[in-house]
Amino acid sequence: MKRPRVNAVASSGVVACILFVMACNAAGSGAATARSASQPEPPATPSAWPDTYALGHAASPESVAMLDTDVDTTGAGLPDGHGTAVEGALVYAAKCAGCHGAKGQGIPPSPVLIQALVPTDSFPWATKPGAPKTVGNYWPFATTLYGYIRHSMPSSSPGSLSSTEVYQVVAFLLAENGILAHDAVLDAKSLPAVKLPMRGRLVIDTRRGGAEVR
Amino acid sequence: MSDSKKPANEQTPRLTRRQVLTGGAALAGGAMASRLTGQSIQKPIAPAATASPPPAPMARPIAPVDAALIPGAPSGPLGLRSPYENPSLAPIGVTTGSTHTPLQELQGTITPSDLHFQRHHNGIPLIDPEKWSLTVHGLVDKPLTLSLSELKRFPSITRPYFIECSGNGRGAYRAPKKEMTAQEVDGLTSNSEWTGVPVSLVLREVGVKRGVEWMLAEGGDAARMARSIPMEKMMGDALLVYAQNGEPLRHGVGYPVRLLLPGYEGNMSVKWLRRLEATPRATFTRNETAKYTDPLADGTVRYFSFVLDAKSIITSPSYPAHVTAGWWPVNGIAWTGRGRITRVEVSTDGGTTWHDAQLQTPSLDRSHVRFVHMWKWDGTPTRLLSRATDETGYVQPTLAEYKRVRGPGTDYHFNAIRAWDVMADGGVYFGVDA
Repeated sequence: MKRPRVNAVASSGVVACILFVMACNAAGSGAATARSASQPEPPATPSAWPDTYALGHAASPESVAMLDTDVDTTGAGLPDGHGTAVEGALVYAAKCAGCHGAKGQGIPPSPVLIQALVPTDSFPWATKPGAPKTVGNYWPFATTLYGYIRHSMPSSSPGSLSSTEVYQVVAFLLAENGILAHDAVLDAKSLPAVKLPMRGRLVIDTRRGGAEVR
Repeated sequence: MSDSKKPANEQTPRLTRRQVLTGGAALAGGAMASRLTGQSIQKPIAPAATASPPPAPMARPIAPVDAALIPGAPSGPLGLRSPYENPSLAPIGVTTGSTHTPLQELQGTITPSDLHFQRHHNGIPLIDPEKWSLTVHGLVDKPLTLSLSELKRFPSITRPYFIECSGNGRGAYRAPKKEMTAQEVDGLTSNSEWTGVPVSLVLREVGVKRGVEWMLAEGGDAARMARSIPMEKMMGDALLVYAQNGEPLRHGVGYPVRLLLPGYEGNMSVKWLRRLEATPRATFTRNETAKYTDPLADGTVRYFSFVLDAKSIITSPSYPAHVTAGWWPVNGIAWTGRGRITRVEVSTDGGTTWHDAQLQTPSLDRSHVRFVHMWKWDGTPTRLLSRATDETGYVQPTLAEYKRVRGPGTDYHFNAIRAWDVMADGGVYFGVDA
């Protein structure tokens, strides 16, 4: 993906005006189109706008840290702590199995969590409706599991697991899916190094409109 | 058409003036009638979408033969629907799942706010607008927290845009039944007039660092819905919307503020928005990896299929309508994430011949447009189809072509041509094998 040209402009009032007009005029991706007669006109000239409206207040690092609990593919955002699958089995049984099943088999609407790649049919999803998509057979990054469980699970009490418990249950799910040894220690360094089998299947959307159906 | 599709025993019965005046008529909402009969006949306010169990169907009110002969009801705090109109989101009681807009009961292009579809991932959060805030941080010069009242002091714009759930049409693709309504087939698209602040104006305040290509948007719901969004989109037409059809956002639609990404799959227009982070790369959250991706027949998985392709559906006549021989308007809605719909064609003979439908409303950028084609039914069984074309030249594919390209197991972004079968007795049914 190319770097967008517009974001270099941060605090220029002139460019902000351009951005605003872009926002008002923007059409579908890649299609430059004239404004139709029915389309409303953008607001009056923004040339008098100040460089800043001086609204809001500075977000302190502490307040940001309270909110910012996601984890990216490099492991940025992972907290201290560590865990193994052996430990995670206990967390899973106590906090997860009620909805996802003792074996991770899924109890609708809670999805299947444990299903490793099937050697004879490692890519059923385009052809088989409803084929389960697990961290073992579909997800591209193990870090995703940490961020999601940390802030969204268990659904009855999201965000209630400790950093260590999340490492433990992530290790358990990776191990049960055949990705990780049951005694392997997962932490902020080792988790991003875990390679998932589906990573190489990932392609980025290249549809841009036009006659071809893709 | 609404009367013609109801059984005869649901047709408005005839009443005598004597019946009216002696209380034989239960006149909904009629204070005068209430005094006459001594009975409470106020129509209950429809329960919230989250209520459970479903309400029992209301008995059809009996109207006076000539309503001009008695004074009518006084005004109330809200303009309620006529007691003869009872559109409903369905299903209700959903905390993780979706509830659909009753497309077959709507006209024009604006979805009534209380009928906007909702897709929740862990319920509808209760957020006090006086305590709500949006924090913008990450790779920026000046991390910022804005209250709702501060956000509303920025310049705003108002535009009509559709929002369509990425999973719209899954039921019809996976488990089609001829007894499916337009609501069940494609009710996860709605169109509103949104008011909000361009994200670009807020990003100007915080100063996004050079070269930053992504933002993470996160909601304040119990699912903590999080999606990665290209900075180019955020610097372009992305909006922080706080109003829908002239009033604050509805509770289940993201109150008090949601992100609105015109033309993008609905999941990315994060509801109950509370955090925007400028990030060095896409985060690959659970909802952009495990879900909302397109496995393809070549063994790859397409990521970031953000822009929704062109689509249309006939909403009338559609199941459970019945038609009789003679003239009928065939009408429906069309939309595309890539700009404007330029053409909608209708076939009334199963796809053998196609006719340009009239675009009944202005075709606006990434907004529903309504089309209509007048059709004279001769009483023989047939199939009705609609086919949309957008300004990029993209033509809505047949189901067979869609299935060939995307595979029978595909899970999102269902935009194949929809069909309605007209039977010999006038019954109209969803065409399961279009």
